[in-house]
Amino acid sequence: MRNPFLRWFIPADTNEPFVPNAKFQHPAVAPEITVDHFNLSIDGAQILKDVCVKLPANKITCIIGPSGCGKSTLLKSLNRLSDSIEGVKTSGDIRLGDQSIVNCSESDLVELRRRIGLVPQRPTPLPMSIFGNIAYGCKIHGLKGRRQLKKIVHHYLKVVGLWDEVKDRLGNPATRLSIGQQQRLCLARSLAVEPEFILADEATSALDPVSSKTIEDLFVKLKKQYSIIMVTHTLRQALRIADYVVFIYMGEVIEVGDAKQVFENPQHELTKKYLSGAIS
Amino acid sequence: MNKLRIIKDRATGAIMATITIVALLLVIVMGIGLYLKSAPILAEHSLWDLLTASSWRPFKNEFGFLPFFMGTIWVTLIAITIALPLSLLTAIYLTEYAHRIVKRFVFPALDILASLPSVIYGVWGTLIIVPWISDTLAPHFVDFSAGYTTLAAGIVLSIMVLPLLVSLFVELFSSVSDELRAASYSLGSTRWQTAISVVTKKSLPGIFAAVVLAISRALGETIAVLMVCGNLPQIPHSLFDACYPLPALIANNYGEMLSLPLYEAALMFAALILFFVVLLFNVTSRVILYRIEKQQ
Repeated sequence: MRNPFLRWFIPADTNEPFVPNAKFQHPAVAPEITVDHFNLSIDGAQILKDVCVKLPANKITCIIGPSGCGKSTLLKSLNRLSDSIEGVKTSGDIRLGDQSIVNCSESDLVELRRRIGLVPQRPTPLPMSIFGNIAYGCKIHGLKGRRQLKKIVHHYLKVVGLWDEVKDRLGNPATRLSIGQQQRLCLARSLAVEPEFILADEATSALDPVSSKTIEDLFVKLKKQYSIIMVTHTLRQALRIADYVVFIYMGEVIEVGDAKQVFENPQHELTKKYLSGAIS
Repeated sequence: MNKLRIIKDRATGAIMATITIVALLLVIVMGIGLYLKSAPILAEHSLWDLLTASSWRPFKNEFGFLPFFMGTIWVTLIAITIALPLSLLTAIYLTEYAHRIVKRFVFPALDILASLPSVIYGVWGTLIIVPWISDTLAPHFVDFSAGYTTLAAGIVLSIMVLPLLVSLFVELFSSVSDELRAASYSLGSTRWQTAISVVTKKSLPGIFAAVVLAISRALGETIAVLMVCGNLPQIPHSLFDACYPLPALIANNYGEMLSLPLYEAALMFAALILFFVVLLFNVTSRVILYRIEKQQ
C-alpha cells in the first residue's frame, strides 16, 4: 500500500522542468579559483609553501601527491574549513573569481562556502531525514515553502540517481542508507545549494568499487555545470577522470598542467618519480 | 602454576560480581526498610489519604503529604526551567564559539562551582537571593514576601545544577565529529545554525540523559533548599509562597519530636515517597532514552 504521508515529501508534478532558486544562480562566466603565493602553517610547522596555482572552471582537477604532502590542507583552505584547525596561520591569497576567500568578512564567507561545496572523505549524513539532509542547505539560506523544497529534493536526488532507491522512505533517518548511498546523498546535498565549485577530499576512498565508480561517473557528468577539485590517493582514478592535475610534494606545488601532459610527459624529476611509484 | 592463576581469575571474577550485586540489592533493601519503618502510619491512614491530604498537624494526628510533594516538584521544575536554557547556551558558546584560551579559564571555574559544598550555596542564597526577592522582585507582584520562597529555592537549585549540566553538555557536544560540522559549514551555514541543527540535534539523547541526571540531583538536594525555601507546610500557589520540599522535611525534623506517635513513621514515609519519585523518574527516563536512541 502506498504510504499516505509521502505527499509530504514528493512533489505533485515530477515532470515539470527544474529551475534553481534565484538566490542560487551561477554567474554567466564560470569563475576560476586562483591561489596566489599562499602559505599555511600549523603551530609554526609550515604545511603549504608559496602555493601558486589556477584551478580551472568546468574541469575535473585532481590534486595528487604522497600522503602528508598537504593536499587535503590545500583543499580545506579553499573554503576556509582550515579555520577550525587550532594554531593555523596563513599568508597570501586565494580568490574565487575576483572575490578573496582568505580576506573576507564573516558574512561573505557564508556565501562563499555555499559557492564552494564539499563532498567529504567519509559520508557524513546530518542527523535528520533523507529529505531533511537535502533541504538543509536551502533552509539555512532562507529558502522556504514545502512545495519548493519538495521540488529541490526531487531534482537533486534524481541528479545523483538516488531518487528511485529512496523515494518511498524520504522521511527516514539518512544514517540508515548504505555507505555508497550516503555518499551520493552528500553529493546531492552539496549540489542543492548550486555551488560553482565542488571539493572532493578522497570522496571515494571509503566506498566499495561499484559505489566509487558511480561517484566518478557522476563527477564526469557534473563537470559541464560545476567545476570539480578532487584530492586523490589513487593515481589510477586520477588517470581515469582528471582533466587537469596539480602535483604537490612536501607542501610545494611541483607540477601543474593538463592531465594528458602531466601523465604522459611529466616535466619535473619528482613527478616522474611519483608517477613511477618511486615515492609515495 | 597455570592452575593458580586461573583460580585467581575465577575468584576475583566471583568477588567483583558479588560486590556489584550487593550494591544492587542495597537499593531494594533500602526500599523495603523504608516501607517497614513507615508501616505504622500506613496501617492507620490509607495511602491515598496520605498523598492527597494537605493539612500537616502531627499533634492532631493529621499527616497530609501533598504540600511537601508539590514543594519538591515546584522547586525542581523551577530549577530546571532556569538552568536548562542557560547551560545549553553556555555549552554551545564554549564548544562552538569560544577561543581555546577562554575554555582554559572557564572549565576550572565550572569545576569549582560544581564541587562547592551545598551549604555555601545555601548561605549565598540567604544573603543575596532572599533579600533580592524580598526587596526588589516581590514588591512588583505581591504585597509582601519575606523572600524565603519557592522561587528562591528554585534559583539556588538552578545555580547548583548549572555547572553539572554545562560540563555534561560540553562533553556531549565535543563528541560530535568535526566532519559533521564541516559538512554543515561547507553548505554555508553559520555557527549558530550548525550548533542548533546539527550539534544539539545529534546530541539529543545525551541532552535528555543529562537533564534526567540534573533533575535527580535537584529532587534530592536538601541543605541549600532548606535554608531558603521558607519551610511552611503549604501548597505553594505562587512563586512567592514559601514551600517545604520532602528532603527539607526529613532533615529538619528527624531526631526531634519523635515522642509523638507516628511521627517517625511519617518521616520515613516522606523518605519512601522521595525514594519512589526518584526511582520511577529514572526508570521512565531510561525507557524513553532507549526509545530515542533506537530511533536515531
